[in-house]
Amino acid sequence: MEEKIVLKVENLEVKLEGDEILKDLSFEVREGEVLTILGPNGAGKTVLLKTLLGILPYKGKIEWKPGIKIGYVPQRLPFIKDIPMSVKEFFDLKNVSGKESEDILKSIGLGKGILEKKIGDLSSGQFQRILVGWALAKNPQVLLFDEPTTGIDIGGQESIYNLLEKLKKDYNPPSTLPPSVGPSKNLTILLVTHDLSIVYKFATNCFCLNKKVLCYGTPRELTTERLSQLYGGEIKFYEHKHD
Amino acid sequence: MGSLMLTKRMALVGDALGHVALPGMGLALLFGLDVSFGAFLFLLLGIFLIWLFEIKTSLPMEALVGIVFVASLAIGFLIVPEPELLEALFGDISKVSFEMTLISVIFSILIFLMITRIYPKMILANISEDLAKSEGIKIKKENFIYLLSIAAIVALGVKIVGSLLVGALVIIPAATARNLSKNLKEYSLGSIVLGILSCFFGSLLFKITNLPAGPLIILFSTLFFLISLIFKR
Repeated sequence: MEEKIVLKVENLEVKLEGDEILKDLSFEVREGEVLTILGPNGAGKTVLLKTLLGILPYKGKIEWKPGIKIGYVPQRLPFIKDIPMSVKEFFDLKNVSGKESEDILKSIGLGKGILEKKIGDLSSGQFQRILVGWALAKNPQVLLFDEPTTGIDIGGQESIYNLLEKLKKDYNPPSTLPPSVGPSKNLTILLVTHDLSIVYKFATNCFCLNKKVLCYGTPRELTTERLSQLYGGEIKFYEHKHD
Repeated sequence: MGSLMLTKRMALVGDALGHVALPGMGLALLFGLDVSFGAFLFLLLGIFLIWLFEIKTSLPMEALVGIVFVASLAIGFLIVPEPELLEALFGDISKVSFEMTLISVIFSILIFLMITRIYPKMILANISEDLAKSEGIKIKKENFIYLLSIAAIVALGVKIVGSLLVGALVIIPAATARNLSKNLKEYSLGSIVLGILSCFFGSLLFKITNLPAGPLIILFSTLFFLISLIFKR
């Protein structure tokens, strides 16, 4: 595998209970890339992430760079609020030390006072940050995000993306490159989203998924025609600038 | 164990398994064996059947547990003679010998250690199976250990409160603890303490009044639950 490639997928096929969910999927992810995965509901985006994590059975090839660590931020955790649990105990489930959880909290913009709070009492924005923080524990080089903005108000969404950008800038995962190439400052992010603005603002690459890959390229190449092909309707995205 | 059961939303499984134990208890009483032993054998059989049905159909676990438990109840009523039936349904703490108490204590400690080991993994799996799997937790294995522990604890519990009430012994203290706790530690520890307190006061009242101990224990745990509603956080 080429040094900078962290993930290589070839002819991936996923069937769940006889239904074909993903077909003929091939793509590569390089270190430091922010790859967004766009697609309508039921396109198999979440299934793709889970398959990449090794949770679902598949045919074809998924090749992660050997020894790479992956953090996963799931779409929703509907049951967690039923369990009386403090934030600290949530981190304990992953054996995160006190020092590490404080560092993580700092990087996701929360004070350490929140450690003693009950998860059920957090606001949805705080909870989302905690999930991101949980995924960051143990220093992953890759983060998989499943629709980080589901169920969060606009203000919350903004801050999650600001958070992602901040992480991208500041967070230093252990290098996957040999020392000769130099230290990496390159967190790789795979992000499932419906939100087109994030694609333009934040992604270095994107692909459109509906069972198979419909388009694959930089956000600039994502045209209105491609989108209506993907969502099957009259969808237009007006790229515009705010001053 | 009760606290895990609640977070797994399988609060009634303990109840159902209590009934599954009934035919085993009946047979044990008929042949003069220990009821826990008979109960445990039938519980293993019941769990195996539930597991088998789960593979064969896509029906929810609840429905399968429901089928197995009413079938066992029916068989139990047919094969257990009437005087023994009452003892099997409501338990009889006065029949528990010193040796049996010792054995129960040893088993309880073993089960406790086992549950402590799988506790964080089970909690994570209850929050999200995907998250747990992505952390490399073998959910099937942990679930199996967990079910086995439930079977063992139910088998021990039926002797004291009987097959009708054993589920309550596991679930009510946990429900009470959940009302009162703000974190996992309080929750799990609280369940244990409340379970012990209920058994202690129930047995004490049994000594004084000579009313059956099983229902007294359950009523004490229900009383704690009602009190917890006042202090709910």
